[in-house]
Amino acid sequence: MDELIKYAPELALGFLENVKLSIVGAVASVILGTILVAMRVSPTPVLRAAGTFYVNVVRNTPLTLVLAFSALGLSDTLGLVFSDQPTTNSFWLVAMGLSAYTAAFVCEALRAGVNTVPLGQAEAARAIGLTFMQSLTMIILPQAFRSVIAPLGSVMIAMIKNTTVATAGGFLLDAAATMKEVFDTTGASIPIFLGIVVAFMALTMPIGFFTGWLSRRLAVVR
Amino acid sequence: MSTSVLFDAPGPRARVRNGLLTVVGAALVAGALYGIWAGFDAKGQWEAKIWQPFLRWHTWETWIIPGLIGTLRAAAVAAVLALAFGAIFGLARLSDHKWIRIPAGVVVEVFRAIPLLLLIFFIFYLAPQLMGGGDYAFMAVVLGLTLYNGSVLAEVVRAGVNAVPKGQSEAAYAVGMRKNQVMRLVLLPQAVTAMMPAIISQLVVLLKDTALGYIIAYVDLLNTGFKILPAALFGSLIPAAIVIGIIYVLLNMALSALATWLEQRSRRSRKTAARPVAPPGAGGIALAAGAGGAVAGPTLSDTGE
Repeated sequence: MDELIKYAPELALGFLENVKLSIVGAVASVILGTILVAMRVSPTPVLRAAGTFYVNVVRNTPLTLVLAFSALGLSDTLGLVFSDQPTTNSFWLVAMGLSAYTAAFVCEALRAGVNTVPLGQAEAARAIGLTFMQSLTMIILPQAFRSVIAPLGSVMIAMIKNTTVATAGGFLLDAAATMKEVFDTTGASIPIFLGIVVAFMALTMPIGFFTGWLSRRLAVVR
Repeated sequence: MSTSVLFDAPGPRARVRNGLLTVVGAALVAGALYGIWAGFDAKGQWEAKIWQPFLRWHTWETWIIPGLIGTLRAAAVAAVLALAFGAIFGLARLSDHKWIRIPAGVVVEVFRAIPLLLLIFFIFYLAPQLMGGGDYAFMAVVLGLTLYNGSVLAEVVRAGVNAVPKGQSEAAYAVGMRKNQVMRLVLLPQAVTAMMPAIISQLVVLLKDTALGYIIAYVDLLNTGFKILPAALFGSLIPAAIVIGIIYVLLNMALSALATWLEQRSRRSRKTAARPVAPPGAGGIALAAGAGGAVAGPTLSDTGE
């Protein structure tokens, strides 16, 4: 227990980085995922194919590879640099890799949501003369979003847990890397491990409850 | 709802618009591809000398295949253990006895909530303290994957058994079967059929997550292919990433295809009264691959986590 108290400030700072990554990742992946799902249901075969290709490739690639590639490949070899500050640079690289990865899952969740919208809704939208974009943004997606709030919550929870893989992208300030560093000096410490686990649970469980509540509350009654 | 009802059969104007969109879309895709190509080109990533090693057997023999074996070994051992863990804890959660049900539930929920990498780190550092020096990378990866995926599979098992209609167990009790017989002879055989796609989706996640071993220097495909190989063949980092990425994608897609096929088969099958269990969307480090139409079956407890 003493170890946990002693290292708590460091670990808390590390955890804060995970929270920051999660926030950036959540916003970026939902935006990118929505664009991807629009591509995947669009009337344009090229966009459909591109969206499908992206989702299938990205979600079958290990996140560790995605993040390691962002750091070593994109940044070091190809010269993609967000900032001169190494930690800021790797933060944004990890955030980018994480969002690109999570977007594929957001897209899949949303596409499942689109599939729950009854046929009649789309037919009615077409019948009153809405174009594809209009029926998508005014009829289909609002209902799809409401029906996938809970799965999206699960995607976000997984994403938050995934922020620990930031180490693979060379971002060494997050909770997992901090824990590893502390373990290097103290050896494996159960209180420290449990402390971080509780912190993560404190972050993910409310999201689970909230999205579960919200999905029941906003459920489209049919 | 199939996606094609989102838009009408195109009339003349829509055909022109679609044609335009196709051209614009193609241009965008081509532009993106060209951007990538040009970026690589500017840094000399298309030079033959850094790609050539991948045409030589030596490269495959020394790095890629041993790494692949490491990955598959960890995945296979972890898959077997996770299935056992999932079966035991899933059934334990269904037990009528509170003193079995509640502890099992706690174990499953806790391991599902822990970020997998933290679990692996913890085991990796704890093992030498408990068992003396040695290389525990394999053990840490396998044990971490087992505990995490086993917990998810436990939920799949529970959902699978619950997906069997109540009438089945009622009928079984009515013909005089005991609890054990009902579970063993009636519920489980039907549940397994319904669970198969979800189980395989979770195994894809497991296979993918073996890559976490890279972080604790377990000798897996990512480690030999992306750390050791580029160091030995100077400058081949990007080609190595692409080759390894393709191997991972192909492996996982093959497994996912199996899951989709099984799902379609079990949907047609009359061997079970249960509808297929949806792959657990509440995946951890990597989400369930969620083979097409993920909301088809009853969703798992991921909704009310």
